[in-house]
Amino acid sequence: MSAVEAVILTIITASTPLLLAAVGELVTERSGVLNLGVEGMMIMGAVCGFVAAHVTGSAAVGILAGLIAGIAMSLIFAFLTQTLMTSQVATGLALTLLGLGLSGLIGESFTGQPGVKLAALTIPVLSGIPFLGPILFGQDILVYLSLALTAAVAYVLFRTRTGLIISAVGGNHHSAHALGYNVIGVRYACIAFGGACSGLAGAYLSLVYTPQWIENMSAGRGWVALALVVFATWIPKRVLIGAYLFGTVWIMGLYVQALGVAIPSQLLSSLPYLVTIAALIIISGNRTITKVNTPACIGQPFAPER
Amino acid sequence: MMLVLERRAAQSMAMTFLSPALAIAITVVIGGVIFTSLGLDPLKALYIYFIEPVTSLWSIEEVIVKAAPLVLIGVGLSVCFTANVWNIGAEGQLTIGALFGAVIPIYFTGWQSPLVLLLMLVLGALGGALFAAIPAFLKTRFNANEILTSLMLVYVAQLLLDWLVRGPWRDPQGYNFPQSVPFEGWQLLPVLGEGRVHIGAFLAVIAALVLFFMMDRSLRGFEIRVVGRAPRAGAFAGFAEKRVIWFCFLLSGALAGLAGLCEVAGPSGQLQPNISPGYGFTAIIVAFLGRLNPIGVIFAGILLAISYLGGEAVQVELGISDKTAQVFQGILLFLILACDTLIHYRVRFASAVVKQA
Repeated sequence: MSAVEAVILTIITASTPLLLAAVGELVTERSGVLNLGVEGMMIMGAVCGFVAAHVTGSAAVGILAGLIAGIAMSLIFAFLTQTLMTSQVATGLALTLLGLGLSGLIGESFTGQPGVKLAALTIPVLSGIPFLGPILFGQDILVYLSLALTAAVAYVLFRTRTGLIISAVGGNHHSAHALGYNVIGVRYACIAFGGACSGLAGAYLSLVYTPQWIENMSAGRGWVALALVVFATWIPKRVLIGAYLFGTVWIMGLYVQALGVAIPSQLLSSLPYLVTIAALIIISGNRTITKVNTPACIGQPFAPER
Repeated sequence: MMLVLERRAAQSMAMTFLSPALAIAITVVIGGVIFTSLGLDPLKALYIYFIEPVTSLWSIEEVIVKAAPLVLIGVGLSVCFTANVWNIGAEGQLTIGALFGAVIPIYFTGWQSPLVLLLMLVLGALGGALFAAIPAFLKTRFNANEILTSLMLVYVAQLLLDWLVRGPWRDPQGYNFPQSVPFEGWQLLPVLGEGRVHIGAFLAVIAALVLFFMMDRSLRGFEIRVVGRAPRAGAFAGFAEKRVIWFCFLLSGALAGLAGLCEVAGPSGQLQPNISPGYGFTAIIVAFLGRLNPIGVIFAGILLAISYLGGEAVQVELGISDKTAQVFQGILLFLILACDTLIHYRVRFASAVVKQA
């Protein structure tokens, strides 16, 4: 394997969890809900995925467990913000704090235990193509899924009736309600979808990225995913580009260190966070771009008038 | 049967105070269930958790030591959240405050004078405020989401601290441990009597009182509340939202920085890679539990300090993880938010008949 090939492969591994979580949050936000609990859902997906895979020995069960954990967490958020009409910002923060605490408790006795690595889904013949083969056809199922999901979300949002309903609910919930759409129901579904994606992203971290359990192993990726959605101005294909850009930055530090450049490792580790801030500045400063695509009802609770 | 929320004509005063009590009660019940499921006697575990920390002088002092930073940060955040300014990066501001204050003992090791202590306190607050000025600037100048920028800066601050204590600021006589030189004499906060309670606790109470009167009695407090509740109305009244954002960030940043300085010049007595067990994040819970009221924050800070100690106590006495503390804190915040719904709504159980207007 050439060095370039190895670099590209690690970039894909670093980008996939960001892409999964961001694409899920994009759908949630399109329906007018800001869920700041991505980090909490992701870390719960990571710990549940790891524990389930460790106990059963099956990575597939781990993925499923991560998915379910993410959905379960998101439904707590949905019940509070949609049914009890609590503040979305505060509830999202609560979800993150609870997720970080609970995952630490669940995973404590599993620290240092051997993990189960999700095997690559190598496509025969095609993966034998030099250079392009392993990159395009030698990935694990979650990498393919993240790309397929991004395409599917783009298609559903912009080409189908379902997508129009989601955008209507996020754009003007009173009009959507007047038209007879179940605003709360649509939002519940979109929140659960976001939770499922964050859970998968977490499972990816503990089954592929580093197949073991380390406390706080999501390391702010959930927050970066939230920033990615803003950076992508709520457009799926831009989320894809952004996720790979951020994934590249995340992995770059490792290679710079490996080359023996005399830069403090902490400075390299802080690069993803600094780049995220820079990206937010660039995109938020341009108010026309953000205004056009921001779901108008984002963060606002909806109470049907009777 | 269906749960129906009916909007109250006016918000319920009683519920404003009952809601946190209810939330705490439900958290305790959930705690009992968790302990039972772990095969422990729930009453004994809950006693160790919530009561034992306040039964001996030693542990009461420890509660005050832990409550001080929570209250200092919590009162600042309560002002922020009232204004709808979301400073989530208090943990980072705490770290930078500690670093600024530590400059004196590290570069002027032998300097001893009462002035040293004063200067360190001022530097701590200054460091926190300067670090909080970054998200404030990005918000007011570029409209960048302050939740995300302030949170990202927490990681940056912690990595900076990590680099300093492992690199340039490491104690040459410290056997290669990642820590700074120990602070001495006037570089440490004075303590009360023989115990561990330091003047940070006083500073916290003073900050709470000052902010209570500011919010309740001053034009600035009124401005903050109006901008938080109705920014458009505030704009018509001539209140500048940007000014409020700057004020809230600088204030809460300074208080978080002060809390950080009090940690390193108090209980730790030197810089280490971990100077806080997440006080900056727990203070978010403290602010909400305290009803975003500086006086309420004092009580909320004490309660969460007890939960930290209780977590350590159950670990020692019952052999279960002290991470239960973080779980309880998270559950508590959820329940406060859920119970707060009762302030604005009445819950009715209606049969499946759907009311149509």
